[in-house]
Amino acid sequence: MSGFFDIPSDLQHSWLGLVGLHLREALLPVLAGLVVSLPLAQLCVRLRWLYPPVLWVTTVLYAIPSLAFFVLLIDYTGQTELTVMIPLTVYSLVVLVPAIVDGVRSVPPETLAAATAMGFGPVRRYFQVQLPIAVPAVIAGLRVATVSSISLVSVGALIGNQGALGNLINDANIYNRPELAVNAVLSMAVLAILADALLVAVRLLLTPWMPRAGRRRPAADVPDPATAALEDAVR
Amino acid sequence: MFGVLIRIDSVTKRYPDGTVAVDRLSLEIPDRSITVLVGPSGCGKTTTLRMINRMVEPTEGTILLDGQDILQQPVNTLRRSMGYVIQNAGLFQHRTILDNIATVPRLLGWGKDRARGRARELMERVGLDAALAKRYPYQLSGGQQQRVGVARALAADPPVLLMDEPFSAVDPVVRKGLQDELLRIQAELGKTIVFVTHDIDEAVKLGTMVAVLRTGGRLAQYAPPAELLSAPADAFVEDFLGADRGIRRLSFFPATGLALLTTPIVAVDATAEQIAARATGEAPYLLVTDLDGRPLGWSEPHELTAGSIDPGRLLSHGRPFVPGTDSLRAALDCAVLSPTGWAVAVGADGRATGVVSQQTIAEAIRGAHAAVPTDAPAPHSLAKGGPADAKVAG
Amino acid sequence: MNLLHFINAFFGDGAHWHGYNGIPTRVGEHVGYTLQALAIAALIALPVGLVTGHYGRGGNVLAMIAVAGRALPTFGLLVLMTLLVGFGMVNVMTPLVVLAVPPILVTTYEAMRSVDPSPVDAARGMGMSEAGVLFQVELPAALPLILGGLRSGAIQIVSTATIAAYVSLGGLGRYIVDGLYQRDYEKVVGGATLVAGLALVTLAVFWALGRFAVSRGVRQRA
Repeated sequence: MSGFFDIPSDLQHSWLGLVGLHLREALLPVLAGLVVSLPLAQLCVRLRWLYPPVLWVTTVLYAIPSLAFFVLLIDYTGQTELTVMIPLTVYSLVVLVPAIVDGVRSVPPETLAAATAMGFGPVRRYFQVQLPIAVPAVIAGLRVATVSSISLVSVGALIGNQGALGNLINDANIYNRPELAVNAVLSMAVLAILADALLVAVRLLLTPWMPRAGRRRPAADVPDPATAALEDAVR
Repeated sequence: MFGVLIRIDSVTKRYPDGTVAVDRLSLEIPDRSITVLVGPSGCGKTTTLRMINRMVEPTEGTILLDGQDILQQPVNTLRRSMGYVIQNAGLFQHRTILDNIATVPRLLGWGKDRARGRARELMERVGLDAALAKRYPYQLSGGQQQRVGVARALAADPPVLLMDEPFSAVDPVVRKGLQDELLRIQAELGKTIVFVTHDIDEAVKLGTMVAVLRTGGRLAQYAPPAELLSAPADAFVEDFLGADRGIRRLSFFPATGLALLTTPIVAVDATAEQIAARATGEAPYLLVTDLDGRPLGWSEPHELTAGSIDPGRLLSHGRPFVPGTDSLRAALDCAVLSPTGWAVAVGADGRATGVVSQQTIAEAIRGAHAAVPTDAPAPHSLAKGGPADAKVAG
Repeated sequence: MNLLHFINAFFGDGAHWHGYNGIPTRVGEHVGYTLQALAIAALIALPVGLVTGHYGRGGNVLAMIAVAGRALPTFGLLVLMTLLVGFGMVNVMTPLVVLAVPPILVTTYEAMRSVDPSPVDAARGMGMSEAGVLFQVELPAALPLILGGLRSGAIQIVSTATIAAYVSLGGLGRYIVDGLYQRDYEKVVGGATLVAGLALVTLAVFWALGRFAVSRGVRQRA
């Protein structure tokens, strides 16, 4: 019998190779989503009327099952990583845009007024005041997007082994080796939790001004401020 | 003189992290009167209030309500027997004004109709328009919300009312209205009110007794407000009272005893003889009144020409005071603000009853202080307004 | 070769409207899975979220549970369950419930925590019991957010219940999975359109629920 980390040769990767592939397929879309959503969110903040229609479109987009999304793209991008990564980018957008909009909007108006009064131009004000204060909300969005992206890559296994660690699930079925599926599920869960922890660490580094947990502050055991708003956008 | 309703006996509140919020505090809170707990933030005044309805449990000491240890009673029964008013009112946003007020009667098991009927009565009592009954809290102003808060606390007619900085979130004009309203309601209902504030003026205005607490939860002084102003126990209390406590203390002396001059007053249609007869030199000015006797303004006698007195050329008489209801402070204020240095006294109908100089008022102040030694409470029948005001004189 | 053409063809085909593989049957199955999974998830997450939110404790533990729940890949869990316990409803329900519990749990907790503390203080001060405070003061004020959490959970289930087809069950996923293997894009597009439509219906249902269940006094403030 083969061991837990013995990967069937048809996958053409070692376990570590699959992990690397998985991370690439999951994280690149989140990164792309962040790059697109920052200007898009800023646009929604500046043009208030734009936000509701953007929310409607994104809600419909994320209601489309990932598998259907993949299948529809095969015609255009073939059975490639790109076919998996495009929908994941869209889903990341869906999570990130409201998170960033809410985060930027959560900056108190008096803070903005003070910044303007001190002579900050709109661009400086965005990068030096609004964005830093929105960091907790943006990171909260990134956490949700990253974790669900890592989970969704596995569905790519159904369109010709494009699911990285998810392909193990297919092989578990084909070779009747349940331990491969256990391996896949656990590996993905561990990756997701590690990525999540990493993002929390990044937030702690970027926001030394936030009150730390503990010390009799009732607010301390509340999760991220933007979490509630984000749940809407989770897949 | 009333009895003691709530007895706080060397009560201490110490939190698990070692912070002492209240330190061996003893207070006797008189029946049917307003007792104010005042002090800077962190002095434990709110903690003390919240220990009375067991929102906070004391670490040591006992609190007796009508002779009974409050820890002996079921906590919710105790709380339902005490009205509770907090800052920002704390209204239930999902309930109408009427249902907000009916909360405690409903908790006590009243039927819906009876509770709502009672709520309607209370809306009227606290000066809320009946048309607001079906509104929701978000549709009311801050002052109106606070009135609803008071009505809700009174709904089950509890003997005790606990008020935790109830008026500190509204603007000064609304606050003054709410304070006057509270005094009026108290004159009608005679509740035992424990009132927490950080505003010493509010404490002096509302309190029958005022307890000044210092940081660390220790009692600095417990006295009627006039005594507090005249004889602060130590530098902390004196500092907390502020610079002009001498002036403020005058609020507690009636202006009734002032020797008013009635000679230097002439009507606007006075003849030359009348003007001459009135200009006796007792006062350098003559007060001119209209034909009904209401003050118009001051003038030097030689500038008045009989038959052609022009009210527009008179010196302003400032705001007059009413000897029967105003205090020496009001009289002094009138004299200080008057360009002639003389205050005008009027009756309740607005007609001038006499004039009085700053000098005479100063003598009256000296006399009042001499009559009441500074280490004893001054009489204070005036500051709280209405005659039905139930006060304890020390 | 465009989406509208596929959609037209799919819904225009009379054969798709009848029998065990007809649209009404598949929609019914899909709604059935959704309601079941949502009910189970709500039954687990709502009480826990309400009580922890009421006492304001365990937020960190809840956040960890939520992260763990999201980290478990739904598709992997489905196949794993099938390999371990064989085919059946339990395999489908487990991943869907795991998917929906985190948003319901976290949102409920957050909603309870975000209730204005002063009415709660007033309610306690007036002698309301803890259950009274929870159900008569906090819950009505927190309801809009709680419904929002349930709505996210419901939409995620609607979208993800398609995986049931991968383990030989019904639902709208049948069209997508069958379409994938038969290279029948018309079916895939049709299935996806139906799922998206069902998601919009879910949004509408929750909107109506909000109008009906949330007090006007709360709605106007939000």
